[in-house]
Amino acid sequence: MNPAPPPLLRRLGEAHRRPVAFTLDGQPATALEGDTLLTAILTNASALRLSEFGDGPRAGFCLMGACQDCWVWTEAGTRLRACGTPVTAGLRIMTKEAPWPSLG
Amino acid sequence: MAQPRVTIVGAGPAGTRAAELLVAAGLHPLLVDEAADNGGQIYRRQPAGFRRPPAALYGTEAGRATALHASFDALRGRIEHWPESLAWNLRDGVLHVLRGERSHALPFDALILATGATDRLIPLPGWTLPGVFTLGGAQIALKAQACAIGRRVAFLGSGPLLYLVAAQYAKAGAEVAAVLDTAPAGARWRALPLMAARPALLAKGAALLARLRRAGVPVHRGVTPLRLCPDASGARLGGIAFRQADGREAVLDCDASGLGWHLRAETQLAGLAGCGFDFDRASRQWLPRIDADGRSEVPGLYMAGDGVRLLGADGAEIAGRLAALAVLRDLGFAPPAGADPAALRRRRQAMDRFRRGLAIAFPWPAQLVAGLPDETLVCRCEAITAGELRRSAGALDAPEVNRAKAFSRVGMGRCQGRMCGLAGAEILAAARGVPVEEVGRLRGQAPVKPLPVAALREEEA
Amino acid sequence: MSDNRADVLVLGGGLMGAATAFFLRRRGLSVILLERGLVGQQASGVNFGNVRRQGRFPPQLPLANRSRALWGQLPELLGEDIEFLPSGHLRVAYTDEAAGMMEAYREAARPYGLKLEVLSGNAVRARFPWLSAEVRAGSWSAEDGHANPRLAAPAFARAARRAGARIEENTEVLAIEREAAGWRLDAADGRAFRAPVLQVSAGAWGGRLAAQLGEPVPIVVRGPQMGVTEPVPYALTPVLGVTATVVGEVIYLRQVTRGNIVFGGVGHGPADLDTCRARVEPAITLRQFIQLRRMVPALGALRIIRTWSGIEGYMHDEIPVMGPSARWPDLFYAFGFCGAGFQLGPGVGDVMAELIAAGRSTTPIEPFHIARFAAKAA
Repeated sequence: MNPAPPPLLRRLGEAHRRPVAFTLDGQPATALEGDTLLTAILTNASALRLSEFGDGPRAGFCLMGACQDCWVWTEAGTRLRACGTPVTAGLRIMTKEAPWPSLG
Repeated sequence: MAQPRVTIVGAGPAGTRAAELLVAAGLHPLLVDEAADNGGQIYRRQPAGFRRPPAALYGTEAGRATALHASFDALRGRIEHWPESLAWNLRDGVLHVLRGERSHALPFDALILATGATDRLIPLPGWTLPGVFTLGGAQIALKAQACAIGRRVAFLGSGPLLYLVAAQYAKAGAEVAAVLDTAPAGARWRALPLMAARPALLAKGAALLARLRRAGVPVHRGVTPLRLCPDASGARLGGIAFRQADGREAVLDCDASGLGWHLRAETQLAGLAGCGFDFDRASRQWLPRIDADGRSEVPGLYMAGDGVRLLGADGAEIAGRLAALAVLRDLGFAPPAGADPAALRRRRQAMDRFRRGLAIAFPWPAQLVAGLPDETLVCRCEAITAGELRRSAGALDAPEVNRAKAFSRVGMGRCQGRMCGLAGAEILAAARGVPVEEVGRLRGQAPVKPLPVAALREEEA
Repeated sequence: MSDNRADVLVLGGGLMGAATAFFLRRRGLSVILLERGLVGQQASGVNFGNVRRQGRFPPQLPLANRSRALWGQLPELLGEDIEFLPSGHLRVAYTDEAAGMMEAYREAARPYGLKLEVLSGNAVRARFPWLSAEVRAGSWSAEDGHANPRLAAPAFARAARRAGARIEENTEVLAIEREAAGWRLDAADGRAFRAPVLQVSAGAWGGRLAAQLGEPVPIVVRGPQMGVTEPVPYALTPVLGVTATVVGEVIYLRQVTRGNIVFGGVGHGPADLDTCRARVEPAITLRQFIQLRRMVPALGALRIIRTWSGIEGYMHDEIPVMGPSARWPDLFYAFGFCGAGFQLGPGVGDVMAELIAAGRSTTPIEPFHIARFAAKAA
């Protein structure tokens, strides 16, 4: 198995915060309280999603809700804008495929 | 007199100062903002539980930031504040706001748009690679999340924010690979006469440069970026290929980059309201038509801050006050004691001189944009290339940006052209051989940002 | 002889006018098309993009069938792809009454050669499992589909131009004059265009022009209410619609292979012929959401990214005006397609060219004749 690529973002402080457990592509992952979902994912991984048009991975861009490049899917088929959504315990995020249409 | 319905969109410097003045005059405005808390982007507050002091977050602007936050905190309970609320449409004197799961139709007597700005961008080859962010995004990662966007970060673009963010990264302990400025070295000297209008800001700029020099950060001026290169995995940024001012080509090794060429005003709501726009030569973008105090041509609609004139945060505070005074006058309310619109206008004029100076010191490299290779993805949302846009201009004969959008889909995606619109217009204009103002302005379409199909309609009143 | 003469002048560069110009050239007639703005900018460019026969007024089906055959040939005819996808068209019913209407329509359409399959709710969900439990029946038309309206009319105009037609955009016509040798159109830029034959295909503006020519018709101007979602995996293959007795329940949607889902329906908004502005009513967008979720619950997870409208002309009897004038032997009309003209476009162009060049149409178009209004007025 290939080693996972290193995460994109690097923490520079505020490490005292309480950990938050969530699931990333089926694997357990840890973030910190106060992280956005974008921070939570990109301190664990190197991308948020794949472009719908086959041009490769994307990892957000503007971080201020303008570019709309950071929409991710939950396993249950919900859409979240990662840069503006706080991470919460138990979130189950999929970055590699879109669970749509959900027939649930 | 009955309480008029006054609404403000945007809780940054302009919106906060406008609200403060309206409250002082006895009004109870509604303030709508997308963020969870006030401050806008520039004075964004870090989440609860973060401990860094204001000086670490806002640097030399810490005093201004804390003053603005204190003013806002004093307004709580005296205004109606709707955070996490999206103003998604505006027409016929009604603002449509999504709050939670419900959309509200809000009629108003006066509406102040203080919608701010986003980075102005150039769609360089490779700009969709993970690791490439906007300058503003790089700054938010640091300020609001205490993260660097990578291990070895390069900053590419032009404008004051380029140096500010690089210096903030260096100060926070991140490795800054280099600052790559597309502005030629001599441009700053040509801009000096105008920029002398704000000597304190000039001094701050010099201090930033000195700090970067002390930190050993290389600063290259007059560069031509060629592409953002992937690393060996192909799936993230590995370096920036650029041509130096002396013509030599080089590749800067880095795993993250912040891009930005000054700012682009966020004008969607003004467009939907039917405001007139004029092409602003200094910033090379279309801006809503307003009078000296921020009145638009649409009755009851006012604008303030970087969403209408790119004067920066302190200019936005002044513009917010002026717009509020205009609202009070137009609604027949006395201004609060001590209000001095003439003095505010004078201060703003000096800022406007400085703004024009900035545009000379840090010019938008229109030639670079016009000449981007055909394979460059211009529209990130829809993954449309410069070549496809040029085909719309040529074989499909689109004479202006909205027609080119209809044919090529550039500007048709989730971001409504925020990221690619200005660059797309340059590419189209160059392909048609006309000045950029002749290819027109990309019209906004509701919703201003993606609107959930799950949104519910407010109960009929 | 002046440069501005041709065998036929086509007034109005929507899909109908552009297709007519194209097919006139194939029959060897010279043609000048005059368009006030850009080709296909109004109803032709902003409509839903339905290439649907199912649900049409049955006497219109021969024309729709002829048009459908042309849709299949367009890539070769035009030399351009306008994203036609014959992916099938499904209408759903939420009530037994509406299911009964579907069965009646299936029988009415059968003599015209349109084969429809009416399925029970469970049978239609077995094929399309993303449909909601509320769907009681579905009517399936296998050979209908959809295409990109932003591309269609401009592609016809370009093909017409390549075939020798003159396409004059940004050319507003201020006056229509009758001369001994036919028609003269005076443009705002001072040019005069002349031809022995004139076709008016000016969409929602067609009513004003027909009135000027002495043949007033009742036309209502409205704006379609369109929107589109963000892209998601391609799953909703057929074009979807609703059979219902209440307009507010009628949503229609289609997913393009790139992934976005285009939708419209539920109501219309205001449109203005003078300002050329038509707008989307925010309240209608929100009512459309209810109907989108009702038909395909998984749509509730998505976001819309854009809405738009345009200017459409509706005849009060919901039947277009198409064919020769009742007053002038060398004047023809093709307008008022009531928000359902996109599918007909290629067929209308072909029939109008046949009518003008050969003097008759091999496809019956009598029900659309403008004389029906004169008869009622008399």
